[in-house]
Amino acid sequence: MQVKTIKVDYLARVEGEGALKVVIRDGEVRSAVFSIFEPPRFFEAFLRGRGYEEAPDITARICGICPVAYQMSAVHAMEDAFGVTVDGPLRALRRLLYCGEWIESHTLHAYMLHAPDFLGYDGVVDMARDHGDAVRLGLELKKAGNDIVNQIGGREIHPINVRVGGFYKVPRKRDLAPLAEKLKRTREQALDTVRWVAGFEFPDRERDYTFVSVSNPDEYPFNEGRIVSNRGLDIPVAEYDEHFEEMHVAHSTALQSRMKADGGAYLVGPLARYSLNFERLSPDVQQAAKEAGLGPVCRNPYRSIVVRAVEVLHACEEALRIIDDYQEPDSPFVPVEPRAGIGFGATEAPRGMLYHRYRLEEDGKIAEARIVPPTSQNQPSIEADLANFVGTFLDMPDEALQYRCEQTVRNYDPCISCATHFLKLEIDRG
Amino acid sequence: MVGSALVIGIGNPDRGDDRAGRAVARLLRETPPPGVEIVEHDGEATSLMACFDGAGAVWLIDASSSSSPPGTVRRFDATAAPLPAGEVGVSSHGLGVSEAIELARALGTLPARCVVYAIEGASFEAGAPLSPEVAAAVAEVGRRVLAEIAETGRSLPAGD
Repeated sequence: MQVKTIKVDYLARVEGEGALKVVIRDGEVRSAVFSIFEPPRFFEAFLRGRGYEEAPDITARICGICPVAYQMSAVHAMEDAFGVTVDGPLRALRRLLYCGEWIESHTLHAYMLHAPDFLGYDGVVDMARDHGDAVRLGLELKKAGNDIVNQIGGREIHPINVRVGGFYKVPRKRDLAPLAEKLKRTREQALDTVRWVAGFEFPDRERDYTFVSVSNPDEYPFNEGRIVSNRGLDIPVAEYDEHFEEMHVAHSTALQSRMKADGGAYLVGPLARYSLNFERLSPDVQQAAKEAGLGPVCRNPYRSIVVRAVEVLHACEEALRIIDDYQEPDSPFVPVEPRAGIGFGATEAPRGMLYHRYRLEEDGKIAEARIVPPTSQNQPSIEADLANFVGTFLDMPDEALQYRCEQTVRNYDPCISCATHFLKLEIDRG
Repeated sequence: MVGSALVIGIGNPDRGDDRAGRAVARLLRETPPPGVEIVEHDGEATSLMACFDGAGAVWLIDASSSSSPPGTVRRFDATAAPLPAGEVGVSSHGLGVSEAIELARALGTLPARCVVYAIEGASFEAGAPLSPEVAAAVAEVGRRVLAEIAETGRSLPAGD
């Protein structure tokens, strides 16, 4: 039996804490375990007994990278419970805010965390010494996302302008004009980014994923729609719990999500969104995707960096469209009358579908809260990718193999900081 | 001095002693020295770097979590050399204070002077108050940063 152990204590460039252990015996991957150390569900407990109107601000603090997603899932769930519909310019402004978060988050991941994997650097600091112009472009692109979140959300990190029913304050049409001017340049930078990442070399690996995303016939999904899959699932958000379940697994204190029907893993995030909603991208964005080597479906997780770049381009176009069409609403919010009930919300965080469910008392107090973040939904897929792919890379030297494992995890942009901190990596060759 | 002086207090305001840096920033804001910009920040590297724009000197104050006793103050001059690995920036994010400094250095945007103060925290629990040792360290760091700013102002030629 081949005897070799590789142990790495710290896996950089992922958000949060977790551990990865790959066990190899006689040239085959025996197991691949990706653990997340999730403390007790602090926020779910913290929300109990609080007013419904506090949920957007409290849940926004769960993650510094995707606060908008938490706010959006929270407000949609509350509005669902109270029978309130938010449409017109308020709905459009929410989409604009989400565009900002996608641009920020995807750009941060693509340039600062993931690109070094493809160009052979330990991290972005080393990469910047040789690819300064690319890094500068990435920083500028990310800043454009920050500017959107700042202007609509009120504050870059943990936006405070979002409320159930709409916003506390909405922008004047003329205030958005300078942002639109800047975004025209941003769109060009996003297109340059698609072309840049398309030139990377990608391991030729695919898996037949069960893709799951929010889907809406009229638009590429951000806030609203049904939950669909490529295996025929097509349900309203309220039926999420009938089709998906969270389970405790021995190696992780976090919960793992699986499909109830067959216990199978499923994939949320850029690959799933793109593959289920390609037709809803504008012709220009579709063309850019094609030129970047993507078909209408992408099953190669290493190409997720290209899909993220395409989604950034989409977000820039969508933001420009929203600003162009914007009409100032009569009121910054729709009045909300609390009532007892259960509300459901699922929106597309940069990393994938984020599900919230709240049970509310008559006076709008939160009796029960449930939050299922995208990374816990993707955890079984991350393990399956490792189990399937690592075996095909075993001829690599140890250091390169370890790097490839890290890259395989980083394909997911796992945001385990929602709950957790470092990631430990261990490869055990027996 | 050439370019303005900038003080950045880093941390998560909801995580106990993690907000030590922010507490220093708030303290200095009570009687802000003229010409000094004071900022609070969550520590995310790329937007932290963006704050450096146009600054001639920057003082960064962050919480640390090592084996030192709570309230221990350590000072690092990052002007010419990187921070010692693992000493500062307990950020749970992939990119923190050290990366912001080194990325700025690589891109040539690091201010001419860059000093980092680390205050050892006792507790990083959500919702916890500043522990007494850390509160005392906050006052000490506030005094030291003010003294350094005054010193820097005297030792460098006046500029914009």
